Amino acid sequence: MMDEKYLQNIPHIDEIAHRGVFSGVPEKITDTFQNRSREKNKLLPSLEDAIRATGLRDGMTISFHHHFRGGDHVVNKVVDTLARMGFKNLTLAASSLAAVHAPLVEHIKNGVITHIETSGLRGELAEQVSRGLMDCPVVFRSHGGRAAAIRSGELHIDVAFLGAPSCDPYGNANGYSREEGGTLACGSMGYARTDAKYADQVVILTNRLVQYPNAPWAIPEYDVDYIVVEEDIGDPKGIMSGATRYTKNPKELLIAQTAANVIDAAGYLYDGFSMQMGSGGASLATARFIRQMMLDKSIRCRFALGGITGQITAMHEEGLIDRVLDVQSFDLDAAHSLKHNRFHHQIGATYYASFLSAAAVDQLDFVVLSALEIDTDFNVNVLTGSDGVIRGAIGGHPDTAAGASLSVVVAPLTRGRIPCVIDKVNTVVTPGEVVDVVVTDQGVAVNPRRPEVAERLRKAGIHVYTIEQLKEKAEALVGVPDPIRYLDRVVGVVMYRNNTIIDVIHQIDES
Amino acid sequence: MEKRYVKDRLRRSMMFVPGNNPGMIADSRIYGADSIMFDLEDSVAYTEKDAARLLVYNALKTLDFGKKEIVVRINDLASGLGVKDLEAIVPAGVHVVRLPKTDSAQDVIDCEREIVRIEEKHGIPVGSTGMMAAIESANGVLNAREIAHASDRLIGIALGAEDYVTDLKTTRADGIELLFARSMILNAARSAGIAALDTVYSDVNNEEGFLAEVELIRKLGFDGKSVINPRQIGSLHRAFIPSEKDLQKAYAIMDAIAEANARGSGVASLKGKMIDRPVVIRAQRLIALAEADSAAEEE
Amino acid sequence: MELKQTAMAGTMESSDIMVTIEPKSEGGIELELTSSVMQQFGRRIEEVIRETLQGLGVENAAVNAVDKGALDCTVRARVSAAALRAAGQEEYPWEVGQ
Repeated sequence: MMDEKYLQNIPHIDEIAHRGVFSGVPEKITDTFQNRSREKNKLLPSLEDAIRATGLRDGMTISFHHHFRGGDHVVNKVVDTLARMGFKNLTLAASSLAAVHAPLVEHIKNGVITHIETSGLRGELAEQVSRGLMDCPVVFRSHGGRAAAIRSGELHIDVAFLGAPSCDPYGNANGYSREEGGTLACGSMGYARTDAKYADQVVILTNRLVQYPNAPWAIPEYDVDYIVVEEDIGDPKGIMSGATRYTKNPKELLIAQTAANVIDAAGYLYDGFSMQMGSGGASLATARFIRQMMLDKSIRCRFALGGITGQITAMHEEGLIDRVLDVQSFDLDAAHSLKHNRFHHQIGATYYASFLSAAAVDQLDFVVLSALEIDTDFNVNVLTGSDGVIRGAIGGHPDTAAGASLSVVVAPLTRGRIPCVIDKVNTVVTPGEVVDVVVTDQGVAVNPRRPEVAERLRKAGIHVYTIEQLKEKAEALVGVPDPIRYLDRVVGVVMYRNNTIIDVIHQIDES
Repeated sequence: MEKRYVKDRLRRSMMFVPGNNPGMIADSRIYGADSIMFDLEDSVAYTEKDAARLLVYNALKTLDFGKKEIVVRINDLASGLGVKDLEAIVPAGVHVVRLPKTDSAQDVIDCEREIVRIEEKHGIPVGSTGMMAAIESANGVLNAREIAHASDRLIGIALGAEDYVTDLKTTRADGIELLFARSMILNAARSAGIAALDTVYSDVNNEEGFLAEVELIRKLGFDGKSVINPRQIGSLHRAFIPSEKDLQKAYAIMDAIAEANARGSGVASLKGKMIDRPVVIRAQRLIALAEADSAAEEE
Repeated sequence: MELKQTAMAGTMESSDIMVTIEPKSEGGIELELTSSVMQQFGRRIEEVIRETLQGLGVENAAVNAVDKGALDCTVRARVSAAALRAAGQEEYPWEVGQ
């Protein structure tokens, strides 16, 4: 047996890292594994118990993921509980927030939440923020920017509250259940992984406790501190639709067909290409036309990235896409594929888009993105509406636009009477420098930075307008809108993917 | 005189737009149809005829339709509404007036008379406005030849199948019920040197059925077809594009002609076969169609 | 043009504008406008409504308009239709040119 005195006899002992001399072991657990996991685990009886156990204090930062989308009940449940327990001045750092989070307005008014960091805001909460609800501006980051900020410590998370459709008693959490009886599924939990890894304390809220080990997992047990079983963490109907349907809207189909033609003519549709499709009718529909072109040319896609839909996984199952890298599953078909297809792989936000490392977005040939507004410098706004009110999310927009060799932004030239191609966007989210092509239902414009793309499009018979010409077409149709009136007060700070401030959002003037 | 209409142009697709729907009127510009037809007749409720007329009038005066042909289907003259429609759309700048339920040459003559009166009233050069006649009855089909010759302004005649099959006391089926009408209208149109246009295929979700009908009318020799949904336009246009093989053959024929001319010979041959005049004319038409298609895409 | 009764034209569909005109004996044009694009185009839509009524010789009326993003040409058309219906009149001064 080793003793203290002998240490001096070991040469270079000062250079050998050690934790002292062996001093015996704790008492062994001799119970059966089944009994162990039932009794000695991280489960706590209630959310309040978990909150107390984390040591959360006023002024700290809590975080959430948005994989439950419009069906999320976790944020409201946790913040309601925190309010009841008397917490104040908390920073809420969610990967995104939806219209369902309107109850936060009351909590903000009562001082429970005094700061928000998010990728997006919608609904009543967004409108109130635009009207000056919060003293401190909301900080908007892209998915990649958020992951980078969490890793670097710019955004320090004290406690992460992560909803999971399945979890075992030691914290291996997943976005679906492999056991019978799982009522919820969200597929990939890519955004939650970052929080789980870097937050000081992690609480999993699950409605389906399963046997250890819940492998393969989205979140590993060693990142989890406490688990609470809650019946109601989300509404399946709000979390995801059964399957994302291809749009039948003729305008969206026209835009999608044009986008696919542009990508092909630009030379990015070759054997072994990589792609990402954004959400939104026209960008999703582009996949359908890409698929046809792939069949016609007998080529394959090496990988599809991003928010994944059933259309992408169907192409994967058809053998047209080799690998699927999933940071967010948009529908049940995609969640189902994640569960059953070995080459459909779950990735975290850092892997997806963080500018601090070589991220998957940097390997994209092309990305098809939507937009609320585009201006004559090719800057894109996906965050505020034409009335100046916050109504969207940055998501991975600037990350993918910057990383892809060809970024294609699709939008109708006008939405009703609202022009989408204008002089200056209300909010710059993605700078024009990384936006390559704009595709509308009434023409295509190529960024002057990409003359070779414009040339290839012309050679393929695609008419290329200048962005000013598209703006003029819009104006000829709807007229020139009066500018939105804002107050001086800043209610939102918008960061580019590298967490530099690219724009601010002002409070709207309602007088 | 600078007419508003062109007799000989691509009319593969004529997109039907209900005249009382402002959203659809504005959107109609973007879908690449060769012609747009605003309807003041059957798709507009009786109580809204006045409102639709004003909508189409204002749209014609304000919106830019590029190179598309603008057609308006007026109400029939007998009801009194047709004349009111003409009073509005002629000064507004309509290119072609579509006369519904044309039964005889007299219908065309009566309509032309009103158009002349209105053109004169507004100082518009008489003859500026074109016409087309929709034939929707057995009588009309039988009178197709007279109708096609009834006016210099006519750019074409069209078949309106719904009313026609009702008149025949049958229903729409596999197309055999329209065989006679289509044949008559086509021949009448060709004898007058004007366009022959086919009827609407209303089942928008039946892509296969639509394509089969398009193939049929293309083989018969029709110039084009009415469509009610923009989704039909792409496949319709594609069906009218000559195949690569046929196009190559047409170019080869024209090359052989050019080469024979250069030799000073009046006789050209390709692969041992003599090239007759009808063959040359067909080749020229094919090339014109292909080139017009790519030019139309430029719009 | 003399208005005889309250009349309406247009619908609540997207890109349309629903215009209701009520005759008044005096007081000019009283206009109440709500629009889905109020900030961006409210001023312009009001301008077009007033211009159109003036062009038709309507001097006194109570006008209520609910706009869902109608273009200028649609606003003109609906206001004209409502005015003609309110006047119980069919004749309209159709003319050439923009």
